[in-house]
Amino acid sequence: MSTLNLYGLCGAALVGLGLYGLLAVPHPLRKILAFNLVGSGVFLLFGVVAGRGAGYGLVGDPVPQALVITGIVVAFSATALAVALLLRLHEETGSASLSPPESGEPPTV
Amino acid sequence: MSTVPDAVVELATSSGFLLVLILVLPFAAVLLALVLGGRNPRRVAFLTLVTGLGLAIAIALALARGGQPLIYLLGNWAPPLGVALRADGLSVTMLLTTVGVILGVAIYARNNFTTPPGSGEERAPLMFWILLMAVWGSLNLIFLAGDLFTLYVALELVTFAGVPLVCLDGRPATLQAALRYLLFALVGSVLYMLGAVLLYGAYGTLDIALLAQRVRPEAAAYAAAALMTGGLLAKTALFPLHLWLPPAHAGAPAAASAVLSALVVKGSWFLVARLWFDVMPGVVTLSAAQVLGVLGAGAIVFGSVVALRQERLKLLVAYSTMAQIGYLFLMFPLAFDVAGQLAAPGPALTGGLLQVVSHATAKAGMFMAAGLIYAALGHDRITGLAGVARALPVSTLAFAVAGLALMGVVPSGAYVAKKLMLDAADASGQWWWTAVLQGGAVFTAGYVVLGLFAMLRRAPAPLRLAERVSPLAEWVSLALSLASLLLVFAVPASVPADVPASALTPKNFIMLVALALGGVLLVFGLSGQSWRAAEAGGGARRRIGEMLGAGIERADGIIRRWPSATAGLLLLVMLFGVLLLPGASG
Repeated sequence: MSTLNLYGLCGAALVGLGLYGLLAVPHPLRKILAFNLVGSGVFLLFGVVAGRGAGYGLVGDPVPQALVITGIVVAFSATALAVALLLRLHEETGSASLSPPESGEPPTV
Repeated sequence: MSTVPDAVVELATSSGFLLVLILVLPFAAVLLALVLGGRNPRRVAFLTLVTGLGLAIAIALALARGGQPLIYLLGNWAPPLGVALRADGLSVTMLLTTVGVILGVAIYARNNFTTPPGSGEERAPLMFWILLMAVWGSLNLIFLAGDLFTLYVALELVTFAGVPLVCLDGRPATLQAALRYLLFALVGSVLYMLGAVLLYGAYGTLDIALLAQRVRPEAAAYAAAALMTGGLLAKTALFPLHLWLPPAHAGAPAAASAVLSALVVKGSWFLVARLWFDVMPGVVTLSAAQVLGVLGAGAIVFGSVVALRQERLKLLVAYSTMAQIGYLFLMFPLAFDVAGQLAAPGPALTGGLLQVVSHATAKAGMFMAAGLIYAALGHDRITGLAGVARALPVSTLAFAVAGLALMGVVPSGAYVAKKLMLDAADASGQWWWTAVLQGGAVFTAGYVVLGLFAMLRRAPAPLRLAERVSPLAEWVSLALSLASLLLVFAVPASVPADVPASALTPKNFIMLVALALGGVLLVFGLSGQSWRAAEAGGGARRRIGEMLGAGIERADGIIRRWPSATAGLLLLVMLFGVLLLPGASG
């Protein structure tokens, strides 16, 4: 198995794990982490794409590097915004649950 | 380098610099407002908006004069290495709508988000004006960006600007709604980016024009189309992925709700249309489009019925948005011809675009009216609205006019849109969408009648207003609603001339009466309003209606739980993937 295939499989596994986390884990902070896991998986896949030289028959393609950097910046900003909201929510209510209060579900944390 | 395909030689057009200006302007305003602070952000916003309106008109004129899409190449680098900005008819329509609605919202919010004299700077007004400019700039980027990665960044920017608008007042409930919105939107955008990565891996470019030439129906393209469509649906809050929309749109301040409901959800819708019609028209299939249409129909039924059962006016309007988003997706199956091929930009796409414009203006007007009523009464409980029509006649009229426009009554833009789509349904032999289009109007009539009925009732005692509302804000709300109702007079030349001309016939008038009657029946059948239950007695038929309405409401509650919505999103992506396979196209 070539290194690139291994990276590709790792990326796919990260995406899968992250999506499971987003689906199944109730706590918002863990959801934020899961989102970052999916993001890392996607960036890794982009690295694989770069390594394959994309459609141009080059040895390595530099364009995905630039896109991944931008993607990381966007994901970082998203995480920062989500964490800021979560902290503020915790400050206001003392809990960090996503479920509306009237639904009767016990608050997480 | 033998594998390099023939690149399209694309040159920047002479008016292309206008596209850069309209992108730079709002973001420059964001920075300027942040630096100046104090009482300046509002001034900066108005100055920028007026300039932006002029720019948008200049772009529209340049497009009309040249007849060719405007193109600007950043740094004069041609794609695939460079990044292009393009403006076609679709983009220009959206640019104009956006600047118009945002200008309306700004005038409406002029007094709500002002820094009181004496205090130096307040957080909410400062943030409101900055975020308004940011939403505007990011939406412009969505309409103009020529490659899928810039579009990803633009999508994220719209979300980042929209989420804080939801929780501007900092109440725990709105913070929670904002967090839900953000997290679900992030799931959608990460799926979109995964699709973009797959496309780049297969075709070596993300430029829309180049991809359109290179994309072939094969595994990578199917997977990418499914992932990107699914991700964008999550951001658009199409049923059953609408978990974040009602609390976010109903909880935000009215001016913010108007922006979110009228414009922000349209951004990701626009991208789905770009993707299907411009990037991969050869890949998408009729069966996948039918799924989009079915989800749209589901949105209309669920959104309208649950709207009928709301106890608060703003939630009613928010659920109405959910239903109207459904309408926007009926365009996709109708864009296919009898042979099951995606027709080139035709009447269905024009209809869809008209629907977006008319919904954007009507929904902005409706949210503003609801916000004014909320401000005047200090609450927006539907049972407590009696006497509003007398106290706030202009706002009530704005609500009514917006409702009529949404129902697709002549001469509204939605009427022309519906007509175009009905014709497309006839032409392509998809009669079932005719039923959905006609039935949807009855559902819309239902919640509009419910709201109006509550406002028109005579109050038992003279209404005491908690706050005097600004007459200017009332008139802006009415103006936006009227713009939607009179859109028929501004329809593009591509619409057959007999469509607007056939508007004022007795048949259409009878249709209107039938719609209103259907709406009244729905209200009595399905709504769970306590005031109505107290007035009317029992009866088996009523109990069935009550059970049906309550059942749909409960199902909506289950669909809106996080795990079911996320699972639904992933299942939808898989479904799209399967339906895009050649064997599955029917």
